[in-house]
Amino acid sequence: MSFAPPFDLLPPLLVGLGKTLQLTAGGILLCVLLALFAGLGKVSGIPPLRWLANIYVEIFRGTSALVQLFWFFFVLPFFGVSLEPMLAGILVLGLNSGAYGAEVVRGAIQAVSHGQKEAATALGFTPRQTLWRILLPQAVVSMLPPMSNVFIELLKNSALVSVISVHDLTFVAQIHRADSLRTTAIFSIVLVLYFAVAQGLSRGMSFLEKRLSRGRDLGGVKA
Amino acid sequence: MTDSPEPFIQIRDLHKSFGDLKVLQGINLDIPAGEMVSVIGPSGSGKSTLLRVLMTLERPEQGEVLIGGEPLYSMDGEGHTTLPPKAQFRALRNRIGMVFQHFNLFPHMTVLRNVTEAPVRVLGVSRKDAKAEAMKYLDEVGLAEKADAYPAQLSGGQKQRVAIARALAMHPEIMLFDEITSALDPELVGGILALLDRLGKRKEMTMLIVTHHMNFARQSSDRVLFFDGGVILEDGKPDDIFTHPTHDRTREFLKSVLEV
Ligand SMILES: Nc1ncnc2c1ncn2[C@@H]1O[C@H](COP(=O)(O)OP(=O)(O)OP(=O)(O)O)[C@@H](O)[C@H]1O
Ligand SMILES: [Mg+2]
Repeated sequence: MSFAPPFDLLPPLLVGLGKTLQLTAGGILLCVLLALFAGLGKVSGIPPLRWLANIYVEIFRGTSALVQLFWFFFVLPFFGVSLEPMLAGILVLGLNSGAYGAEVVRGAIQAVSHGQKEAATALGFTPRQTLWRILLPQAVVSMLPPMSNVFIELLKNSALVSVISVHDLTFVAQIHRADSLRTTAIFSIVLVLYFAVAQGLSRGMSFLEKRLSRGRDLGGVKA
Repeated sequence: MTDSPEPFIQIRDLHKSFGDLKVLQGINLDIPAGEMVSVIGPSGSGKSTLLRVLMTLERPEQGEVLIGGEPLYSMDGEGHTTLPPKAQFRALRNRIGMVFQHFNLFPHMTVLRNVTEAPVRVLGVSRKDAKAEAMKYLDEVGLAEKADAYPAQLSGGQKQRVAIARALAMHPEIMLFDEITSALDPELVGGILALLDRLGKRKEMTMLIVTHHMNFARQSSDRVLFFDGGVILEDGKPDDIFTHPTHDRTREFLKSVLEV
């Protein structure tokens, strides 16, 4: 085993990190959209929307992300749909985390006190105006901390895509380990890189939370 | 406000249950425009429920309500409540305003925004006009200098004043007040009751006020309703009800609340 300084490993690992960041960013984007749609669907007064949202959430929470990934990459082609590994990865990451995010969105909306909705109704707001102007702006602040966890979980799950040969950070690390047997150095670097990205995510989300709650009552339960 | 000879609010045989619990058991009530009515009665007798049904926060299962002669709730052939077409229902509801015990201000909006949001979004008033009007109402409740504050920065009494200004800004013909002083520190109650009294004296709105303040009910209102077990047991001039009530239940209730 050799302990040569690992500088030579950095360039390929950083390329892998680039892929991991792309996967995470794409996954988060999809996750946010799906979480919003499905979360709103879950609290919707329209039954078919509620059913759809529930089915989506149950399916993606109730099966493993790895199996979902296999399914999207290896099974879909039998139905004539072949996806690029990157695209399959982003889809599965987004769909999977979106299901957890939907619960966050639903919970945050329902946690806004019932009196807010009644006051809005008494003032003549339509249900749609009540949702978008009264409930959601209050719910968003309390969504951010749990959403931050969902995003970090997504980042960690992104390592799974190495099994469908996306050259992400984990995949690159494994290849170079086979080449050079410098296991300790490689995986220490990988650990630090994942940790740094997770820290960046969680700090970004705290910053957003502080910005949005400036001046107002947190959560809107009391006022 | 209305030239028609009929009462402004007409309530006929109104029933509301929650599951097996019958909360309103046949309310009949006529209120002329501009009247200030105090609603008193024991806890659980259905006072809030009547206000909430009028505000359309709850649907009655039976009965009729007319506002200015137009049906808010009507009855089908089997005696079940039906609503008018959506647009008509909304328009009618917009003539009614409500102030709640727990204020329910929008915490993510400034005081000014709390007051202007509904006129702008619901009535389509321009921001500029809405702001000018809001300042007028905030001035009226003594809070013009708090226009840019957030609700979290206000005392309970100030929050309730903002909530009143917010409701007034929609120009309701009917205003419902549900124990609006119950969540306030005692020293803040008097100011709010004085404000109610001032609004009532103007006769610009028909007011229904659920209250535990018997002195207020007696001195400020035109009429007092005593609720018990989901019906209006007593309905009359404040002095009549407080000096010679016709039911034992009313006497017991008044005795219990006036003793504390
Ligand atoms: N949403 C609801 N679901 C079930 N029961 C309810 C609901 N709202 C009210 N009730 C019940 O209906 C009854 C009448 O309630 P209501 O709030 O109208 O009484 P109230 O006269 O306003 O009493 P209080 O003076 O305590 O405010 C009570 O027994 C209450 O528990
Ligand atoms: Mg009540």
